[in-house]
Formats: sequence, structure tokens, C-alpha cells
Amino acid sequence: MIPVLLIVIPLVTGLISFFLKEERSAKAFALLSSVATLAVSLISLFQSGDSLSTDASWLPMLGSRFLVSLDGMGKILTLLTAVSFPIIFAATYNNKYKNPNSFYGFMLLTQAGLMGVFCAMDLFLFYFFWELALIPAYFLCSKWGGEKRIAVTFKFFVYTFLGSLLMLVGILFVYFKTPDHSFAISSLHNLALTAGEENFIFWLFFIAFAIKMPVFPFHTWQPDTYEQAPTAVTMVLSGIMVKMGVFAVIRWLLPMFPAASVRMADFIMIFAVVGMIYASLIAIRQDDMKRLVAYSSIAHIGLMAATMFTGSAFGMQGVIFQMFAHGVNIIGLWIVIDVIEQQLGTRKFSELGGLAQKAPVLAIMFVIMSFANIALPLTNSFVGEFLMFNSVFNHSVVLGAVACISIILAAVYTLWMVQKVFYGEVTNEERITLNVPINTQLMLAILVAVVLFFGVYPQPMINLCAETVTKIIAQIK
Amino acid sequence: MAKLAYLVPLFPLIGFLINGLGRKTLSKSLIGLLGCGVILASFVVSVGIFLQVKQDGFQPQIVHLFDFIKVQSFNIPFSFQVDQLSSLFLLIITGVGFLIHLYSTSYMHNEETQHYGRYFAYLNLFVFSMLLLVLGANYVIMFIGWEGVGLCSYLLIGYWFKNNNYNYAARKAFVMNRIGDVGFLLAVFWILAKLGTVSYGDVFAKASTFSTFDVTAITMLLFVGAMGKSAQIPLYTWLPDAMAGPTPVSALIHAATMVTAGIYMIVRSNVLYTMAPTTQAVVAIVGLATAFLAATIALKQNDIKKVLAYSTVSQLGYMFLGLGVGAYTGAVFHVMTHAFFKALLFLGAGSVIHAMGNEQDIRVMGGLKKYMPITHITFLLACLAISGIPPFSGFFSKDEILAAAYEHNKVLWLIGAITAGLTAFYMFRLYVMTFLGGFRGTHDQEHHLHESPSAMTIPLIVLAILSVIGGFVGIPEAFAHNAHALEHFLSPVIVKSADAAHGLDTSTEYMLMAISVALAVIAIIYAWTRFSKKPEIAEAEGAGKLLANRWYVDELYDKIIANPLIALGGFLKNVVEKSGIDGLVNGVGRGVNYAGRQIRLMQSGQVGNYILLMVLSMVLMIILVFYGNNLNPVLKYFSK
Amino acid sequence: MPITYYIVLSIVLFCIGVVGVLTRRNAIIIFMCIELMLNAVNLLLVAFSKMHNGKAIVSNPTSTVGIDGQLFVFFIMVVAAAEVCVGLSIIVMMYRNTHSVDVNFLNRLKN
Repeated sequence: MIPVLLIVIPLVTGLISFFLKEERSAKAFALLSSVATLAVSLISLFQSGDSLSTDASWLPMLGSRFLVSLDGMGKILTLLTAVSFPIIFAATYNNKYKNPNSFYGFMLLTQAGLMGVFCAMDLFLFYFFWELALIPAYFLCSKWGGEKRIAVTFKFFVYTFLGSLLMLVGILFVYFKTPDHSFAISSLHNLALTAGEENFIFWLFFIAFAIKMPVFPFHTWQPDTYEQAPTAVTMVLSGIMVKMGVFAVIRWLLPMFPAASVRMADFIMIFAVVGMIYASLIAIRQDDMKRLVAYSSIAHIGLMAATMFTGSAFGMQGVIFQMFAHGVNIIGLWIVIDVIEQQLGTRKFSELGGLAQKAPVLAIMFVIMSFANIALPLTNSFVGEFLMFNSVFNHSVVLGAVACISIILAAVYTLWMVQKVFYGEVTNEERITLNVPINTQLMLAILVAVVLFFGVYPQPMINLCAETVTKIIAQIK
Repeated sequence: MAKLAYLVPLFPLIGFLINGLGRKTLSKSLIGLLGCGVILASFVVSVGIFLQVKQDGFQPQIVHLFDFIKVQSFNIPFSFQVDQLSSLFLLIITGVGFLIHLYSTSYMHNEETQHYGRYFAYLNLFVFSMLLLVLGANYVIMFIGWEGVGLCSYLLIGYWFKNNNYNYAARKAFVMNRIGDVGFLLAVFWILAKLGTVSYGDVFAKASTFSTFDVTAITMLLFVGAMGKSAQIPLYTWLPDAMAGPTPVSALIHAATMVTAGIYMIVRSNVLYTMAPTTQAVVAIVGLATAFLAATIALKQNDIKKVLAYSTVSQLGYMFLGLGVGAYTGAVFHVMTHAFFKALLFLGAGSVIHAMGNEQDIRVMGGLKKYMPITHITFLLACLAISGIPPFSGFFSKDEILAAAYEHNKVLWLIGAITAGLTAFYMFRLYVMTFLGGFRGTHDQEHHLHESPSAMTIPLIVLAILSVIGGFVGIPEAFAHNAHALEHFLSPVIVKSADAAHGLDTSTEYMLMAISVALAVIAIIYAWTRFSKKPEIAEAEGAGKLLANRWYVDELYDKIIANPLIALGGFLKNVVEKSGIDGLVNGVGRGVNYAGRQIRLMQSGQVGNYILLMVLSMVLMIILVFYGNNLNPVLKYFSK
Repeated sequence: MPITYYIVLSIVLFCIGVVGVLTRRNAIIIFMCIELMLNAVNLLLVAFSKMHNGKAIVSNPTSTVGIDGQLFVFFIMVVAAAEVCVGLSIIVMMYRNTHSVDVNFLNRLKN
């Protein structure tokens, strides 16, 4: 029942939201809906057994069922989704959008799609939700984005849609290979494929997921889209939606094609690690806060991508942990960037400076989030990155050592951003004040608390996904 | 008492939280009281722990707090280890740390309340991280503290964040430390891969299962970490720049905490290092090279803090020399005495800077003796201690390292002794130019000169006493049998390597002492006579210019590392990303567009053309259907 | 009569139709050529139908094998008739508008 609620609440409220007239009611309604979803998600943490899965008839002529279920990994990611949306809504509560009703409607639809992706245990259903999450995102970017939004959204669309089509081909192929012509995850785990077929289909799926993550060299849609999308949407894209790709690899790709994943592991890991260094080096030269964070995100996702293919239990734990941690951290960074952009009208380092004097609280929050971004110990991402680097190192000493260079580079570009934006003399005119609304401060404080809590005591979350990891590792071996 | 070890870092953490959150509401006196109080509380607990550990037959105790990361068989507990080594470091950190806190209450008193609170919060966090570092019972907890001190140094060096140069210095410190941290992290991964555990007890117990290659690689990587944290070649350049922070911070970084982390870590891992003679040789050479290089640079610096900074780098080099030749006790001993006299020197320098109204250039000082008697006396004592004049503390610890070096390799000893002479020379150059002769500053400054308030002088006096008598815990074998209390105390945590037993006979040892003391005395007399008459005010020329510009190492690093990396970043951003990958992606789009424009022309509107095309395609299809199987294997694949 | 003759005749008729459609510009002639092609096909269908039926009838006098070929012919004729209706009316409309039945005159969609 719980996964159904997680999907249905945002879906229904999202549809209703389109018909709301006033801006205030649309905002309040969206916030309320997301809080309700959060409540359900929190309840799910303490549930086990039947209440966590639902199996209903859906498209019988295709052999697809409405099969949704929450395991440990699903719980973590639905929790991330459920936590993020109220925080995003609350932190950007003061932002003005035209047609707020449809903005919030699309946002909630995206949430429904994301929830579905994380719950679905039927491949066709998964595909359905995958698209359900993406399509509203296209609208959000193209209607509420920056100047170059149309071109950028088009790129984003073509990129991700290409991936989706490849995946669709793959889905149909594996469907015909299942013994009982079904899309259920249990039957897909027992595919009888020849090595050649497996390799081929592996790539169809992997490219779709790699574009979404994104992994070098499929990443060029991302900085543009993050830059042009309204920041609330960027938060959803980078905080949650990129995790769809990572999640999908762990949930579907690795268990379905274990042999091919082992064969391709080295190749993909090399690309992922090269991508980490590549993105970090580019990040050093950025002049725009959003683009810098975007490239930093590519570097971090690269590490996850490399780790997933090591096939080690603690690495997998690290990836799942880091999905949550990275989501929280990056949303924190975006919130601060949004405040700056909304009030000062620029994100360029060359035009910013000395904000720590104008808004000390904002500076403190941003510094904490930045240090979380570079995985300082006792912040949540240290735990994830420690596990991940360790497993990459165990897999290959050289790759591990090269990947570790990104730790240094991350410090370089993140601190560069902190220094340019917050330290030094004030560069804008004195009279422009920067006041951080109380709701934004509160949300940042919550995020900081989450960052520190899981940095000091990560064990609850590790325990939560332990079972999933054991299963996946068993399936791979 | 050892069970209460968790209290030691807990107090500063509480101080950090209260001061950090309440920096706008608390009053200055409350902030100062809290900031110092928590460190004092930690110090009291540390003394209690030390007294317990000091008893004979004390076994190391593990205080397990909770499981930090536990994945299947892979377990990293959050636990503390109380033994001889950690309890000694606790004393140094909290003791010297407390004095520095006390000093800061007065030194920083002109700051706004809000920043005053921020300052003490950072300071407490620094002590917290350092305590975590030495208390941790495994390498991961040590790493947490290890990065923690890096963070705090970043925050404190960049404390005056309006000044962009300071921010650069802070960032440089953090990044250089990070380079070292990566080495440390890789070593941890290596240990984990081989043993599956990082707890000291388990690692050292199973160390014999390492191959020579493994143990050499691990110790080398750990040493890379130590290079970053303890400012050794090639990662030392951040430390002199770290002078950007407030002076008490320099005292804290350079004396009591951060830079000694590398020494602590290697002493902690002495089991591994003893197994890896190659690494030991590298450690000794790097240490000595750093000691010498930094000492030469210090000869020509004119900033009072810069001189002290390079002297710190140089003294740390000594400690690494000691570690490299297996004199672990000697290194720890020097850490301790160095903590006393270097903290004293920095605080004394702070006192001078305070009196001079933030002037740091010794060329405009001089004759401060009569204005600041306490600062003058204590500074002189510290200079004597660092120069290795008996019976001050530096003599004993430096002598122990040099004696061990002599045993190992006479060349090492020779360079070490020369460096000791250089040390004495630049320290007394500093002393003479600052305190003797006539005042060379402006009239305003002269008018303003005064002795510092008692909150600043009391720490100076306490540290001066410690600098004088601190050496007596390690009286060498030559003077009295079995009087080396420190060696006795540390013996449970340090493995005795076969050749480390004092093989020097008494007369040789006397000779070595005599030579190094003689060198130091000559250097002092030379410096005294040369600079008290004619202070060195002119810009350095020739070789001196090379030294004054720090051998151009910073410029070299910029040229060969920083600039190429930035250029590479620009190349990737502007060429590879824009024209390469994105060019390819957009090229596909443009290709489709272009093809569309070209193919459009076929739609001529002439019905005949269309029909012709239709007929041609039909003919083609007929050919393919009837003869295609023989023509094209691809079609065959599809038709199946 | 051997089936080959029918096939050859049919091909000849069809090719005449194709060439006519391709080369002529007069809509009515094109139209007639299309009819020619259709009828070439019809001829072929009838011929094959008769051939198959003739073979089957030998063993079974009531066999209906091959009958469907002739059925197709009727379909084609009906469709052709309908097509003629539509086509001729288009031509009539075209003539009314342009006073010409030249198909190359109808290339105004080109740009």
C-alpha cells in the first residue's frame, strides 16, 4: 500500500494543482502534498512485509503488472525524493513563477514519476515512470528556464529521449527472452541470453542510464540544462533525477546482465574515472556557480559509476549511501545559489564577492555544504566516498589512485567558489542587501543537520540497505 | 580515568558548538571564559589519564563509542585508544593549547564580539580535531582528525576573510594538505585491502604478514600524508603562508597541534616503519633536506613570523630525521620541547606585533628590550632553547636526534649539526634585530610601545619555564644512567629495533654534544656582534636574494604544476568540451538539419519525378527480394 | 496457350503504362496509362487463376483453387472505377482552375 500512496499522492495532487487559480494556494497545496508524501515515506521506514508491496493487474495483454515494492534501497531513494520536495518548495517559497499552478503541477508529476521509478518492480512499469518523470521536466525547463531555455531543453530532450528509445528496444528484447513473457523483475533475473546478446542489450540499457547519470562522455546536456533550468528544477534534476540512472543500474542492469557487467566493468570504470578528472579540471575554470556545481556533480557521479561495477558489497553500500548524501548536499548548494541569484541577479564569480559580510548565516551554511561536497570527514559524503574509493582501489590500484586525484581537485574548485563568492571585499554595491528569508534558513539548517548526522552516525542508513546489497551481490555472483 | 577519554575531545566540541551558535548573543568575557574553560577541563582530564597511564604495567585501553562504518565483515569502530603515546600528546595539546587560548583572550580582544566568538569556536574545533587525531584507535578516526585540522587551519588562516591574500593562503594550506591526505587515504585503503582492518592493535599484530613491497608502499603513502601535514619537502610551502592567520593561531598550528600530526602518525606506525628500511631512509633524507633548506631560507626573511615559520619547517625536518634513523623517542621528545619553545616564540612574536600595532617587519623594530621586559626575557630563553644551548630543553632533544643520526650515518649528522648552527644564527639575528639596538620604527609606534597585559604574559612565563626545564625528562645516557624518563615511559608503544640500542660510547657522545654546542655558540656570537652594531636593513642581493625569495620554490610550483593544470582545465573546457564532445553532439544535430535541407530539394513538385523515384525504388525492391539473399548477408540476418 | 505469352503481354502493357505515366504531362493520358497498368495486372491475375484452376480441376472437378485471383480482379476493377471518379473530378477541377491539364503546372507546392 505504501508505495502506491507514494506515487498516487503526488500524481493526484499534481493533476489537481493545474486547476488551482491563485499563486498562494498553488504553493501551499504543493507544499502540503509533499509533506504528506514525506510522512508516508517516513512511515515506510518502520514498516516491513506486505504493506511495502502491491501487485495489481495493469496491462494484461502485454504481460505487464502494476508491481511496486520497496526494499532498502527503494526506501532510501523514496525518502530522498520525499525529503527533497518539501525542502525545495519551502526554500524557494518566495520565488515568483508565471503560471504557478502548472509549475507546481509539473513538479508534483515529476515527483510521482520519480517515486514510481524507485518503487517499480516491473520493467515496463519502470519505463512508464521513467518517462513520466522526464516529460514534466522538459516542460519545466522549457517554460520557466533562462534565456537559452528552448535550445537547451531541446538538447536535453534529444539526449535523454535517445537513451529512452534505446532502453525501450532493450526492454522489448529481454521481454521476449523471459521464460514466461513477463516484465516482472523476478523473471528478468533469469534470462537465458547468449554472450553476444547480453553484451548488445547491456549497452542499450547502459547508454540510457549513462546519459541520465550522466557519465563522461554523455554529459554535455547537463551543465547547460542545470544552468538554464529554474533552480528549483535544477535541484530536482541534480538532487534526485540523476540518481535514477545510478539506481537503475543497480536495480536492473547489474542483476539482469551480470556476466556482461563483469566483462564491461574495466572499460566503463576507465571512462568513469577519466570523466571524474575531466569534469574536475573543467570545474576549475568555470565562472558560473551553477556550471561549477554541475561539473562537480559529474565528477561525483563518475565515482558512483565506477564503483557500481566493482561488484564489492561495501562499494555498493557506498553508492547507495552516497546517492542520498549527494542529493542532500547538492540541494543545499543550489538553495544558496538560488538565494544569491534571486537577490543579486548574478551567479558569476567575477561579479560576486564578500557575501560573508552581508549574509554570514548563508556563508556558514554554504561553507558546510561545500565541505560536504568535498567529502570532509564527519559529513555524510565522507562515508560514501570512503567506501567507494576503497572499492575502486581494491579493484584496481591504478584506477583508485587516479580517482583519488579528484579529491584534491574537488578541494581546489570548491574552495575557489567559496572564496570568490563569500570572502574578500564586497564587490557589488553596498546598498544591495542580501537578506535570507527565514524559511530558506530553516531548510538549510535541516539539510546541515542531516549532513552532519549521517556523517557522524551513518549506521542506520547502511543497515537499511544492507539486505538489498547482499541480494544484488549474490545475483551478480 | 582512561575510560573517560571521550571527555577530552568532548569538552572542546561543546565549546565549539556554544561559541559558534551563540557568537552573536554571548558577551566577550563569556566567550573567552568558555573557550579557555573547556580546554582547561580537557587538560585536567588529560592529566588524570596521564597519571593513570604512567603507572607501571598499564595496558593500552580501547574506549569503544559506537560503530562508525560497519558493512558485513568490514568494520570501522569509532573508538579511542589510550596509551602512553596518546596520553603524552593529550597533555601537550591541551596544555599548550590552553595557554594559547588564554593568550588569545587578550590578543584578539579588539575584534568584534561576533568574530571573537567565531575565533574561539574555530580554535576549540581545532583542538577537538587534534584530540580526535591522537585519540583515535584506528587509522580512519585518525584520518577524521587529520582532515579536521586541515579544515580548521583553513578556517583560521582565512580568519580575516576580507583579505584575499589571506584567503589564497588558506586555500593553499588546505589543498596542499589534501594532497597529503590522499596519500594517507591510499595507505588506509592498502591496509584495508591486505588486512581487512584498520585498528592499530590488529594492524600491528598482523604486520608481519605484509610483504616488503606492501609495507614499503604503505609507509611511503603514509609519509606523503605526513609531508602535507607536517610541511616537508615538497609540500612545505603552505606553512610559511599560513602566517596569514592571527598570531596565536600560528602558535597553535606550529607548536601544539597540526604540524606534529605527521610525527605522531609515524611514531604511532613505528612498527610498520621499522619493517621498511627504504622508507626510513627516504624519511631521513627528506627530513634533513627540509631542515637544511628551510634554515637557509630563514636566514634572509625579514618578517618576524616568516622567520619563525621557516624555523618550524626546519625543526620538523629534524624530527623526521629522527624518525628516519629510528629515534622515535627522540622525535617525540623534540615535538614536546619544540611545542614549548615554539609556542613561546610565536606568542612572544605576537606580543611584539601587538605592541608595534600590527607591524611584522623586523627591520623597523629594534630596542624593544626596554619597553617589553617580560617578552624580551622569555623570547631570549626560547631562542636559547631552540639553538640547543644546555641546559635548555632544545639541547636535550636535538642532541638525541643528532646522536641517533651519527650512529646511522655520519653525513646525516654533519648536515644536521650545520643546520643547528644555522638555526642559532637566524634565531639570534631575529632576536638582536627585534630587541637590541635602537628603535627604527615611526614615532607613533614608539609612543605606543608597551608591555602586554597579564593574560598574554602569564602564558609566556609558563612556557618559558617549560622551555627551560622541559628537557630534563630526557637526560641522555651519557650524563646519568637510566635517567631518560621519556624513553622509559614510551617504551611500551615503540618497538626496539636491533641497532637502535645506544651503541655510542660516552666519549663520542660528549664530543658530538660539544661540537653542536660550539657551532651554536659561534653562530650566536657572530649574529650578535654583526647585527647589534649594524642591523640588516638593505634588500638582499645575490645569493641572499635567492634565499630571501625562498629559492623561488613557490614560483616554480606555479610554473610546473598550477599553471599547466589551469591551462589544461581551460583547454578541456574551451576545446575538448566545446568543440570536441559538444561539437560532436551538436554536429549530429546539424547533420540532420543539413540532410533535411538537401533532401528537401528532391521534393521538386514534378509528378513525374516522384513517379520515377517510385518506380526505381520498386525495381530496387524487386531486385532485393529476388536476389537479395545472395547479395547481402545483413539482409539475411534480418529476414530470419 | 502457354502462360508465358500472357506474362509477356502483361509486362509489355505494364511497361507501356509506366513509360506513359513517366513521360507524358497530360493528366488524362497519365490517367489512361495508370488504367493500362491496372489492366495489365488484371490480365495476369486472370491468366494465373485460370492456370491454377485448370490444373486442379483435373483431379477434382468441383475445385475452386485459384478462384480468388479472379475475385481480386473484380476488386481492382471496382477500386479503379472509384479511382477514376476521384481522379477525373480532380482533373476537372484542375482544368477549371488552370485551364490546363498539364501536371507539371501543379508544382506550386515546391517552394
